[in-house]
Amino acid sequence: MSDPVLELSGLHTDIAQYHILEGVDLSVPRGQVTMLLGRNGVGKTTTLRTIMGHWAAKSGTIRYDAQDITGWPTPARARAGIGFVPEDMGIFSDLTVEENMVLAAASGPLDPARLTRIFAAFPPLKTFWTAEAGNLSGGQKQMLSIARAMAEERILYLIDEPTKGLAPAIVSTMAGALRDLKAQGASILLVEQNFAVAKALGDHAAVMEGGRIVWTGPMAELAADTALQERLMGLNMEVQG
Amino acid sequence: MLVTLLSGDKPRSAILTVLLLGVLICLAGAPFLFPGVRSLETAATICIFILLVASYDLLLGYTGIVSFAHTMFFGLGAYGVALSATHLGRGWGALVVGSLSGAIAAALLALVIGLFSLRVRAIFFAMITLAVASAVAVLVSQLFNITGGEDGLTYRIPRELTPAFRMGELFGVRLNGRILNYYLVFICCFLLFLFLLRVVNSPFGRVLQAIRENDFRAEAIGYRVVWYRTAATCLSAAIAALAGSLYAIWLRYVGPDTTLSFEIMLDILLMVVIGGMGTMYGAVLGAVIFVLAQNYLQALMGVAASATEGVPILPLFLDPNRWLLWLGLLFILSVYFFPTGIVGRLRAGR
Repeated sequence: MSDPVLELSGLHTDIAQYHILEGVDLSVPRGQVTMLLGRNGVGKTTTLRTIMGHWAAKSGTIRYDAQDITGWPTPARARAGIGFVPEDMGIFSDLTVEENMVLAAASGPLDPARLTRIFAAFPPLKTFWTAEAGNLSGGQKQMLSIARAMAEERILYLIDEPTKGLAPAIVSTMAGALRDLKAQGASILLVEQNFAVAKALGDHAAVMEGGRIVWTGPMAELAADTALQERLMGLNMEVQG
Repeated sequence: MLVTLLSGDKPRSAILTVLLLGVLICLAGAPFLFPGVRSLETAATICIFILLVASYDLLLGYTGIVSFAHTMFFGLGAYGVALSATHLGRGWGALVVGSLSGAIAAALLALVIGLFSLRVRAIFFAMITLAVASAVAVLVSQLFNITGGEDGLTYRIPRELTPAFRMGELFGVRLNGRILNYYLVFICCFLLFLFLLRVVNSPFGRVLQAIRENDFRAEAIGYRVVWYRTAATCLSAAIAALAGSLYAIWLRYVGPDTTLSFEIMLDILLMVVIGGMGTMYGAVLGAVIFVLAQNYLQALMGVAASATEGVPILPLFLDPNRWLLWLGLLFILSVYFFPTGIVGRLRAGR
């Protein structure tokens, strides 16, 4: 495994009185796609939100790009190069697509070359550039959500269920964009329930159960072993894919 | 040119454009179009409340912060001018020093309140502002020797701004210092309103809107939400204080009832909601409708009551003493029919 861009050690997170993460240990290799898998409610989203600083870690450490960022506030993590695409997309509906993108480039003006790449990956964003983001379709909102994370150079992308509830054609656009991102050398930690997408994009996989990582290994190994899938997630990728 | 002046924020509705132009023309020509002391008083109050409500819209409509301390900042500006005019004597310097001191004091107080309470939930911030505003109102009332207590302060302003200063006649209207005073208020309010439009349409304003919609997301992009919220609170407080200073210059009197009362705070809230939150232009329409209703509804009802004398029961409802009941009814109906405010409704019906 190559040099890790992110390492979680013994990460515990509580939300109100609930103990959600119960000692997450995870290593995300640089320049590769790591799939974070598991049943609903096992703590995948909480893991991403804890890395981003939305939930404070009760104990444990988060090392990112060779620095301990456990106590850092969220904006500092974002400025250090972590891009987050939340499950609810979190677009600013009252602002236009353009304003959403300009805001996403928090450290300076939007790079035209980068914008051209984004338009190539998501053509509807160019069409609706001056439209209010709240008027976009679900798929277009998801495109905007990912495009916002791509508005600046990022070292690590945390992406939470980008294909959830989308039409197959949009899923394929989304997978294409993530493939491009991967080809550019980005490190990605991706939560994904669509196993066809997971299988196609993932280099590594980490499976969660009860707030812990219970299995890590190459994605290809998990994809090939239906018994392992059944045991870890109660699912069969061959059926799902 | 006009679009640049409006910072690219066009009214986006033909009816709204006509209404705003109408208000601008009426206010710009008020001394000549509506000669008379009362109409000039109303026009000046409208100008000041447009600015005050717009500064509150920056906070509530653009940043999503509920504050009950806006009249406190308004009062700080007014008392700044009053104290300065009382102690430094009659002169332009006293007005400038008083206005700037009031604005700085308001911004500093907003900074302290913001740093202490903007990190926590919105309701906590609202409660803190309510408590601080009440405490300041009590303090002003108790510190009789400095503030004049409940009686307030009366002071002298430069002679050029008073009715005693005469300058001849124009279009059949006698020009005097009171008209100069009105134009001082009008021009300052107009320029500060344009400044607020510039602020909300700047990158800073866009971040505020993003925070209002989803503060978690704004943080995840890299914006320090507390810093932006505090900056918006300070800016809004300083502009409210400047509105208070202009009110003090116009009235030549300040007292707790005219600048610090909770009733004014409720009026501001109603004006923002009726006009349309997060639009700036809503402040214009909200203030115009509200101040006109406050000043003329009673007289209008008197006329209506005499006109319907022969009709049974109706004159009882139209009795001028029941004007507050009708005012309340008007607000309930406007909020019911225009939940996004008049500007929101006009823009949606393009």
